[in-house]
Amino acid sequence: MKAVVIVFPGSNCDRDAKVALEAAAGRPVAMVWHGDSELPPTDLVVLPGGFSYGDYLRPGAMASRSPVMQDVVRAAKRGVRVLGICNGFQVLTECGLLPGALLRNAGLRFVCRPVTLRVETVRSPFTNGYRRGAVLQMPVAHHDGNYFAEPATLERLAGEDRIAFRYMDNPNGSLGDIAGILNERRNVLGMMPHPERAADAVLGGTDGRALFDALAA
Amino acid sequence: MKARVLVMPRAGVLDPQGKAVAQALAGLGFESVEAARQGKVIELELAETDPAAAEAALAAMCERLLANPVVEDYTIEIA
Repeated sequence: MKAVVIVFPGSNCDRDAKVALEAAAGRPVAMVWHGDSELPPTDLVVLPGGFSYGDYLRPGAMASRSPVMQDVVRAAKRGVRVLGICNGFQVLTECGLLPGALLRNAGLRFVCRPVTLRVETVRSPFTNGYRRGAVLQMPVAHHDGNYFAEPATLERLAGEDRIAFRYMDNPNGSLGDIAGILNERRNVLGMMPHPERAADAVLGGTDGRALFDALAA
Repeated sequence: MKARVLVMPRAGVLDPQGKAVAQALAGLGFESVEAARQGKVIELELAETDPAAAEAALAAMCERLLANPVVEDYTIEIA
């Protein structure tokens, strides 16, 4: 698997994602600067966590309009896999690759703690290394993770088996306890929890590792 | 030409910040406050003299960047 991690000004989980991907894939992962207009040939693009552009205007708003994102959108439409974690999920909703929006947490506080998730579907290249219904622990660290979408969109996501993960202890007010969703073609996943921060025992957990292993398989 | 864009959370979209502002005002003794909504104001200076052209350009800016149509409404004011 060839993978790249996009680096925006303000990304702060880009190197964690690189470490997790390299451990799974056993080969170097390229870092691509947001100002580049073209992606190198790749099978997977990771949009990492962080606070791109200081969350100016809306989280992910500026990053989703950066030069490299036009090529990421084109790549996603060709079937290249795209994984957006935390701020990366916000970027994916802002650029229209995923429906809905991520609003300020219902409790207004920045939430930084481990959460418990349930795997809702294994029908994706990201989640096919889990069992359906498996319960995972991963950290969240965000101020704007409150998933919102119109009722029709929520129904469609559930009906098409596109909800990848739900919180069992909803930390932010997300509708339907949604923690991660897939696009229609199932090659784009956005999720607020951080699998890259739960991919090595020294980090306190390994429940995220199966996601990177599945992508590398 | 100066313009002002008001961006507000759409009706029906949870606005926890507005709700907290209303609660804080009530806590200060402003008992008449029933609700508050919080949005943002963006002031722009345009090198454009035709108000209709400016309005069209501003609407495009709102659709493409300034507002997120999934959760926000916008209003354009041209001075």
